[in-house]
This record gives sequence, structure tokens and C-alpha cells, in this order.
Amino acid sequence: MIEIRMHGRGGQGAVVACKILASAFFKEGKFAQAFPAFGVERRGAPVMAFIRVDDKPIHLRTEIYSPQHLIILDPTLLQTVDITGGLKPGGTILINSPLSAEDYPQLASYALATVDANAIAVRHGLGSKSSPIVNTAILGAFSRSTGLIGMDALSTTIASYVPLKPEENVAAAQEAFTQCHFTESTPV
Amino acid sequence: MHELAPALKPYFNEETTEDILVIEGTHAASHAARLARVQAISAYPITPQTSIVELLSEMCATGDLDAQFIKVESEHSALACLVGAASAGARCFTATSSQGLLLMHEIIHWVAAARLPIVMVNVNRALAPPWSIWADQTDSLAQRDTGWIQFYGESNQEILDTILMAYRLAEQVMLPVMVNMDAFFLSHTAEPVALPKQELVDRFLPPYQPEFRLDVNHPRAFGGLAKPDVYMEFRYHMQQAMEEALQLWPVIAEEYKYHLGRWHGTAIESYRCEDAETILVTAGTITGTTRLVVDQYRENGVPLGLVKIRMFRPFPVEALRQALAQAQRVGVIDRNLSFGQGGIFYSELKSALYNGDHRPLLNGYVAGLGGRDVTPDVLAEIVEHLIHSETGQDLVWIGVKA
Repeated sequence: MIEIRMHGRGGQGAVVACKILASAFFKEGKFAQAFPAFGVERRGAPVMAFIRVDDKPIHLRTEIYSPQHLIILDPTLLQTVDITGGLKPGGTILINSPLSAEDYPQLASYALATVDANAIAVRHGLGSKSSPIVNTAILGAFSRSTGLIGMDALSTTIASYVPLKPEENVAAAQEAFTQCHFTESTPV
Repeated sequence: MHELAPALKPYFNEETTEDILVIEGTHAASHAARLARVQAISAYPITPQTSIVELLSEMCATGDLDAQFIKVESEHSALACLVGAASAGARCFTATSSQGLLLMHEIIHWVAAARLPIVMVNVNRALAPPWSIWADQTDSLAQRDTGWIQFYGESNQEILDTILMAYRLAEQVMLPVMVNMDAFFLSHTAEPVALPKQELVDRFLPPYQPEFRLDVNHPRAFGGLAKPDVYMEFRYHMQQAMEEALQLWPVIAEEYKYHLGRWHGTAIESYRCEDAETILVTAGTITGTTRLVVDQYRENGVPLGLVKIRMFRPFPVEALRQALAQAQRVGVIDRNLSFGQGGIFYSELKSALYNGDHRPLLNGYVAGLGGRDVTPDVLAEIVEHLIHSETGQDLVWIGVKA
């Protein structure tokens, strides 16, 4: 069983991104669950969403405490939230950030990847410069940095899931796939 | 439908399936209402139910569903609206949660006594104060004596299938049905759900044709005054209908399997109970996690089993007595509480076993109130307590902070 935790801020689309990722895993032949941190969301406040993936139907109905993979939609969360709490040793972290993996020495014990999803989203006309919509781009980078999900399944799912600009969202994910920097590509 | 990956084919019946979507429990409920071709929907938004009727209102707007969506100012009015629509012969649906369900309470009794086969989805959410939006079954269990048939579900697929079966049962015995799902653990968890083909649903669930209905051309009186010489018979007939529902449910489940190819058990489901000395009894999403704990104990050679209660009213007394006939120790896990008594499923089971032939040691565990997570570790704590119990205990609190 694979468990993934996504950190974002209310309004960034973390929950939708997790649903897209779960649908893409299902398309590839895996069972998947996606759910938000159970609570009340406020715009801008730190939020979390989760995904479970397995080869067989998933009966476990609990929150996720020890994920193998983290996806961070906003790098400023690193200063305010215990991001790595519960992350399994050797786990992977993907951060939406213009910096490179080497710029996060405090996370050096994890397989770290970065992608400038803000810039990619803006280039593809997703959201505005001050509030870019990065939840599809980040998934392309996740495909590259972990190798867990293929771009074909991801692209098809994104195109069918987003309410607006399907082609732009798919293009952003594909660009993020190629623009992702990482220290180590071995998935857990 | 979309091409299904080869690895998934053994788990789905493609012949009966229109499409498989990764959707939340709320949307599984909306699709079930659509597939049941409901004709009238009235509801008032409340977390975590809201997305059920949100999607239904979209379906009504786009024409995917040919139903009247009646907007109202409260849950009390929502159900009252459906009293009118159902009396006129419409197939009706509503959904609510927690405080909303409580506000409906007067009409909840009315619907059952008026013998209107309305199906309602309740998302089990804790009651205030203090405010909580998280999972807890006390809201629906507090409607125990209203005359509604009640089901509890474990997965989004089971919720969808149970709603379709619920209409068949409701319209056959002329009692309303409440289908319950745990807040967030189902309502806001997206997972694969197979949507059955409409033509197969239509074959399983023909249009609702009541024997009596409001009709200006054939006037009748409904809900008049019943003097003491006849009132009691109305109640006797409701009880008869409940007992009929208990007999009919396994038949409907078999028919559903025949037409739609899926099976979730009858009023209860026994999991690995053959030769089990110790059995846990659950309802709702705690069941899924308990399956994994049972598997772990079995791997270590401990004969542990699980009985899941799907149908709470009518209470499946005989089925439970049979399922527990060989057990030495039984532990009921309740995510609900009757103050001054204890867990409600526990209380019901204890009463069901009293006049039976076999009375195992019985413990009542209260856990997970207000959405507190019931993890495999919490369940293992319950199993250890149960295995080492010398005498039965009516109320054991699990995880209460000192």
C-alpha cells in the first residue's frame, strides 16, 4: 500500500489534485482512495489531502499518519507546518518551489524534488501571477520524481476532470514533468 | 464505459456496469437517486451532506434527471414537502445530517405512520454542542423508534447499491428507509464506484405505483382522526410491515445480485466467523478497518471473526443469534451512545440474545465518537481486552483521555 500526503493552502486545489491522482491510479489498474484532512477549510489556511493506493480493494478507513510521499503546493508551509511529521524514513518530498533540491539542506535525508509550478501555471494561463493554479502542474512533477504514475493516465484524467482549460492544464503537467529537479529518483 | 485495466477486471462486473468513477460517498448517493429515477427531491444543505443534493440539483438543471427539486427553508419543511409529493404518488428522495435530521424528527414519525416509502440518506455526524461535523451515529440511532427501516454502509459502492435496494423494499412494505453513511470516512472519501446500467436498474426497480394516492378526480381522506378503537391496529400493521421487511430483504438482495451482479450480504454479513471463538460486531466504516485486524489475528492463529450489521431496523435478531451461535466472546463496537445506558448496537444485541439458546460473554465498547479515528491499534486494544475478559461488561470506553 502506498500512502501520499499533500500540503497546500485552502483554495489551491489540493483536494481536487488528490482526486485526479486517485482517478489516474485507478485508470492504471490500482485501487485508490482520496480524501481531505477531515475538517473545515478556510481560504489561505494550511490544508492537507491524502491518497491511498493498493493492488487490491482498500478496506482501511482511517486517516494517514505515516505516508511514504509528500507533495507541498506552497513552500512557505515549510516554515509554519511540521511538514515531515510521520514521513517514512527514505520517503520522497516534492515541493512547488523555484529553488533547487540542494537549497533545502534540512530535508537532505529524504529524496527531494522541486518544480517551479507557479511559473509553469502562469505560462499556461492557469490562474494569475499572484495566485496561480498549480494543482495540475504539480502532478506532472510527481509522475517524474516518483515514477509511480504514468503521464498518459495522468493527462487523460486531468483533461476529463478540470472544469476549464483542459489542454492548458495537461500542457502544464507535461512541462512540470520535464522541469522537475530532484536529488534522487528512487521511489520508496 | 472507459476501458478497465486488466488488473481490475476480477473485481468488477463489466456487464452490468455503465461506468466506474472515483467519487465521494455523497456523489455515490446522488447517482443512486438518479438511477432510481426519483421524481421529487427536497433538501436543505448541511455539512457533510450538502454535496449529495448539490449534484442532484445540477442533474435536475441539466436534464440528466427528470425530477422536481424543491428548495425549502429548513429540513422540517424538506421532509414535509416530500410528504405531499409521496402522497401524490411520486418517488421521493432527501438527504440530511445531524442537526438537520433532528429538526425533521416530527415529520420522520409522520412519514412512517403515513406509510410513505421515502428514501433518505443521512450522513452520520455528531450532535452539538460542542459543534462537531465529524462521524458519529447517535443522530440516526436517536430516530430508532420512528418506524423507519435503517441501514448502515461500509463503502461508497455499498451506499449506492443499498439506496437502489431500499426503494424496492420501501415500496413493497410501504415504510420509509434511511440509508446511513459515516461523515468524511465515506461522505468525503473518493474511491472507485461502479454505476450500474440504467436499463438493468429499471428492470430491478420498476416505477412506483401506490395503491392509494392524492388524486383530485378520486378524492380520499388521509391522516384523519383515529379513535382508540382503531389506532392500535395502525401500529400493529406497521410492526407487521417491519417483520415483512426483515423477510423480504434477503430476497431483494438476491434479486439485486441477479440483475446487477453485486452482493453485500443480507441484514448482516459474517466475515471469517467459521470456528471463531471471539467475534467483533460493527456497523459503518469501522467495519472495513476491523476486517484488516481480523486478518492479522488470523495470521497469528487467533480465531477472531467479524459480524457487520447492515440493517438496524428491523433488527435482525434471528440472523444475529445464528451468526453468534458458536462464539464464546462477543464485543460490540459502537460509534454512538445512549446516555445512561451505553452503546446502542450493544444494547440491541444484548436484548436480542436474551431469549436465545446461546448467551456468549458480551462486552460493549464505545469508540470513535465525534469522528475520533478508530485505527487498527485501537481495534487491537479492544480485541485484547475482549480476549482477556472474565465477565461481560456493558460499557467500556476506548481512548478517553484522563
